[in-house]
Amino acid sequence: MGREGEIPMTVTNSNGNADSATATITRAVPRVKTLKELAAQEEREKRFQGGHSLCAGCSIPVMVRSVLNTIDIPVVVVNATGCLEVATTRYPTTAWNVPWLHVAFENAAAAASGVEVAFRVLKRKGRTAQELGFELPGEVRVVVFGGDGGTYDIGLQALSGALERGHRFTYICYDNEAYMNTGNQRSGATPPLAHTTTTPVGRESLGKLQQRKDLTEIAVAHHVPYVAQASISHWQDLVRKVEAALRADGPSFLNVLAPCQRGWGYEPCLTVEIARLAVETRFWPLYEVVEGEYRLNALPKKPKPVSEWLKTQKRFAHLLKPENRHLLDELQLQVDREWEKLLRRCEGRVLEV
Amino acid sequence: MSAIVVPKLEEAELLTGAQAVAHAMRQIEPDVVPVYPITPQTPIIEEFSQMVADGLCDSEIINVESEHSAMSAAVGASVAGARVMTATASQGLALMIEILYIAASMRCPIVIPIGNRALSGPINIHCDHSDAYLARDSGAVQIFAENAQEAYDYTLMAVRLAEHRKVLLPVLVNLDGFTLTHSAEVVQLLPDELVKEFVGYYRPLHPLLNVQRPTTQGPFDMPDFYYEHKRQQADATLEALGVFLEVQREYEGATGRGYRGYFEVYGLEDARFALVALGSTAGTAKAVVDELRDRGQKVGLLKPWLFRPFPHEALREALKEVEAVAVLDRALSFGSWGPLYEEVASALYPSDNRPRLHNFTYGLGGRDVTPEQIERALTLIQDPKLPRTMHYLGVRA
Repeated sequence: MGREGEIPMTVTNSNGNADSATATITRAVPRVKTLKELAAQEEREKRFQGGHSLCAGCSIPVMVRSVLNTIDIPVVVVNATGCLEVATTRYPTTAWNVPWLHVAFENAAAAASGVEVAFRVLKRKGRTAQELGFELPGEVRVVVFGGDGGTYDIGLQALSGALERGHRFTYICYDNEAYMNTGNQRSGATPPLAHTTTTPVGRESLGKLQQRKDLTEIAVAHHVPYVAQASISHWQDLVRKVEAALRADGPSFLNVLAPCQRGWGYEPCLTVEIARLAVETRFWPLYEVVEGEYRLNALPKKPKPVSEWLKTQKRFAHLLKPENRHLLDELQLQVDREWEKLLRRCEGRVLEV
Repeated sequence: MSAIVVPKLEEAELLTGAQAVAHAMRQIEPDVVPVYPITPQTPIIEEFSQMVADGLCDSEIINVESEHSAMSAAVGASVAGARVMTATASQGLALMIEILYIAASMRCPIVIPIGNRALSGPINIHCDHSDAYLARDSGAVQIFAENAQEAYDYTLMAVRLAEHRKVLLPVLVNLDGFTLTHSAEVVQLLPDELVKEFVGYYRPLHPLLNVQRPTTQGPFDMPDFYYEHKRQQADATLEALGVFLEVQREYEGATGRGYRGYFEVYGLEDARFALVALGSTAGTAKAVVDELRDRGQKVGLLKPWLFRPFPHEALREALKEVEAVAVLDRALSFGSWGPLYEEVASALYPSDNRPRLHNFTYGLGGRDVTPEQIERALTLIQDPKLPRTMHYLGVRA
């Protein structure tokens, strides 16, 4: 990172031959908020408070604070059932100092549709404080937080409907790659061969036998103005993406990799490092799709093998056994194939913070 | 024909129940209306969508991708601070049920007309009350209409009932699928201005959109609070009993339409034998009561308008002099008595002089409800030796 201008890169074309190409790296404009500015915003409004019961080393509050401190205008949060909801709103306490709504597991996008339309129609009708009993804000942004279970799986229909209808809202999936609130059961986001409590590794099993679904691409297929993949490790990139998502005149979707120390099996202090490794091994590429145009947001100078990432987590421990070497190779091939596909879509466009 | 509101022909229109309800929605002009089609409710949202498209009504329709999302968007919009309606039937209501429970617990005053239709399986698109009974324990208030006029009037009253500060609950207005939704009747609408004045503005109690005073809505309850919250909800639901009568009185004051009480009684004053039935069947039952009374039989009808909360005391009082009661249920509760029968039995239990009580199942999946079936029920219960088993009307052996 920190490079600018044209650099050579290799892209495998659809015939499997290597083409030399040029990646044009541009720096993000406008400048994103600095850490100091984010901290000042947090100090000012304390939109998300400590004292909640999310685990030590949990990546979710890191993401929530980055998101909320990026937004300067009033925000309404809609939360799907999951770790974040349960751990931050145990009645009569709440960690939220912004309006916050939870209805159920699978319907956060639909509930958000209702909030967004309610605001728009009350505004359009010019409802006064006297009529309503409260003052409508001049502007408001609806932000949804849902885990991968509530987004990839049970909430996919509601999300698809809301994206298709074109509501102006930002849906942020915190993807910890399994149902972590209920104790690590397999989801549609769980990577192949990962151990979960419902795809346990055993004498007859090597973990999850299926591929994970590519939800980011599913969101792109809805032709919405802004879709991006981000990681909690790359906070400046995340902050820029939140800003871009909020500027979008229509639905926006962010898929944020959010490691879970309990489910993935690593020391709590390693959360950010493991998220970063996912990007550096190209297991979780950072990219965005703006009005249908793809841009890569992190072009690792020296990509690391995916095993570097896998070996940090107990859920993949079985893959490091010598007899499973072929599985590791297969996974690396998959990662490479997906990366090549992404590069072709980006057509050399790289935008880094 | 007997009815609470006898439309003046020169001021009346020929409308289906669905059209009448759509007109009520147009006049209420809810802020947000999430819609999803399902037979036999569809004509309600079709008519209403056309009214919005023609600029006759300033509402935002959300064309959602399922009834589950319809109810979810309704809750989101209601909590946000908007006045919200939707409509559904059968499988659609079944799909909404999860969120209907949550809407009630979050005290969302969402009014929902239901075009009653049998639940699958087997799949069937015609009328019975299995959908309404499925919502029985959801916490939603439930009203049953006998005809298009009642469906119209109660949809208007439902807004005031739902939004009353003591209540704040979803209200289902049940109208029988096809029998009411698709049949044209003479209906007298109210002037738009009168309806607007009657329903007024919706002033939400704790709107999510009040960013000056952020609220956390739908938080997580552990065993230390869940019970108290459900107790509060139970009390609020019972408050709807008093508010229902209050709203009827205000409606009569505003419109001159005298809906009085939790149920309509017909020939019950001196009756020895009584029917209890919900919805459009009451219309047929009235004709049977007339016929039998002409033949000298002292029979009568009690037609509950309010099914949830159930007006047990008033019903006990109304039936205290009769010898036997036939409770007609248009759906089964497998392995037990019909849901309406159970309410009537529970209402009558404390009575010193309990009438004999019999349960009749009828009209499942849109099976025609004939005067002969109703007469048969009224005749059978006159036999003191009639066994207390479920009686099925109009079914092949």
